[in-house]
Amino acid sequence: MPEKAPILEVQDLNVHYGGIHAIKGLSFDVREGEIVSLIGANGAGKTSTLRAISGIIPYTGTIKLLGRPLTGLQPHEIVKLGVAHSPEGRGVFPNLTVLENLEMGAYIRRDREGIRRDLEHCFELFPRLKERISQKAGTLSGGEQQMLAISRALMTKPSLLMLDEPSLGLAPLVVAQIFEIIKKVNKEGMTILLVEQNARMALEISHRAYVVETGKITLSGAGSTLLHDRRVIESYLGA
Amino acid sequence: MSEEILEFTQHLINGIALGSIYALIALGYTMVYGILQLINFAHSEVYMIGAFATYYGARWFGLLDRPGISTFVLLLVFAMICCAALGVLIERLAYRPLRNAPRLNALITAIGVSLFLQYTGQIVFGADPKVFPTLIEDAALASFHGVSIRSFDVAIFGVTLFFMIALSYLIQGTKIGKAMRAVSANRTVASLMGIDANRVITFTFVVGSALAAVGAVLVGMKYPKIDPLMGTLFGLKAFVAAVLGGIGNLPGAVVGGLIMGLCEEMVVGYISSTYRDAFAFSILILILFFRPAGLLGKATQEKV
Ligand SMILES: Nc1ncnc2c1ncn2[C@@H]1O[C@H](COP(=O)(O)OP(=O)(O)OP(=O)(O)O)[C@@H](O)[C@H]1O
Ligand SMILES: [Mg+2]
Repeated sequence: MPEKAPILEVQDLNVHYGGIHAIKGLSFDVREGEIVSLIGANGAGKTSTLRAISGIIPYTGTIKLLGRPLTGLQPHEIVKLGVAHSPEGRGVFPNLTVLENLEMGAYIRRDREGIRRDLEHCFELFPRLKERISQKAGTLSGGEQQMLAISRALMTKPSLLMLDEPSLGLAPLVVAQIFEIIKKVNKEGMTILLVEQNARMALEISHRAYVVETGKITLSGAGSTLLHDRRVIESYLGA
Repeated sequence: MSEEILEFTQHLINGIALGSIYALIALGYTMVYGILQLINFAHSEVYMIGAFATYYGARWFGLLDRPGISTFVLLLVFAMICCAALGVLIERLAYRPLRNAPRLNALITAIGVSLFLQYTGQIVFGADPKVFPTLIEDAALASFHGVSIRSFDVAIFGVTLFFMIALSYLIQGTKIGKAMRAVSANRTVASLMGIDANRVITFTFVVGSALAAVGAVLVGMKYPKIDPLMGTLFGLKAFVAAVLGGIGNLPGAVVGGLIMGLCEEMVVGYISSTYRDAFAFSILILILFFRPAGLLGKATQEKV
């Protein structure tokens, strides 16, 4: 099978918070059409990696999107180049309605017709959002907020969709529902970088995955392979 | 109608007029606070500059003895442009470099900018009061049993109402207004939507400062003595109005302004004008004591 073009390439990424060396030389890539997961425990550095890619925190090393280095760009410029980031904790705008949140996702776009179509698509993926369209996002349940955060990221019409712990704080049933949608969105052609503590769920839907431990990648491979890897089972899958 | 009711009605009209001007200035405090969590103490001096821009504008444009709607509109727009430019300048030079510094630094800087403008004003404009130009004639438009409705009052109501409706449309109905609300909710996440927070912040200063100019023109018309320190007390009262309504809350600023104006007018009318200013500070102390989040403000709550 011929290798697909890399959408995202991260080489020798290092992140420091004051004296703390949080990311220590991380390298990985995401290819077109893939779901790639970063899994790892609390504080491993998964969120920091996404924040570096989005330009929210300073880093050293190279991050390339479609071959173009992102170094030195502001977060709002990186979005325009095609990186969508649904942040940890969802980060919906609580004082804005569901529709206004989605409109903010489309902030950088001018194609009215395309925006309208993508909005409809989000409502097909998550009919619940359509029912809540004029409700303030702060009044949504946790699961609905996660659906909104993912939809809002999709509204930027990205080449790469990054999701930070979409399962965080949600009931298993809701998590299953959301992961179904992630798979579906990927089937429709979206390239996805997924960060998860819920390793089993992530590996089950991922083409490839990387295990991150204290700022380093310790293991990588196909999702299905890692799902049966003894070390992964012991450390991340429990029983 | 009895004397008392007539007198009360007159105070009511005056109070609402004063209060709506407080509201205009309070909106500027509250918008900047909402987006930067910064109390922009220099806002009262932007207001002062609005009055002087009108004063000098009237001379430069040869509009000194030509009161009328067009003079009013022209000078109003001129003052708004001057204040908007000053607001942007203050934000660029004083606040933006401190964007990621501790909040106290920005607060102290704000006080510094405020003092700087007060003293610069005294040097440039002179410390003694100047007479604000007549923009429109103050005629009694109608009179009911001794309660008169004057053209100034109508202008004040009309103009403040116009700008409040325009502002509410801007914030609720336009893309930039939604972006302002998004940035004030969460600046980092807003940047992940492709929103350039700095541009939105600049825009916020433009709008808030332009509203201060509107307030200055209306105050200048009603109390036509202006001086470089005119912003201190008036700005402070508008700030109290913003806190009263719940700082960061736009409808709150309007409600707070109206309450301040009405109460002040009633205190002056029925108790003594000696207590005019003491009243504002009593309110501030009372709110901070009993309801620090303000009347319409919610105690800060974040849903995780
Ligand atoms: N703003 C910060 N200041 C200082 N240290 C930080 C900051 N953010 C993260 N860290 C540290 O960097 C390390 C990596 O954190 P990060 O949030 O990237 O981990 P994570 O893998 O996303 O964890 P989790 O699964 O709990 O979300 C941790 O040790 C954390 O304490
Ligand atoms: Mg994390």
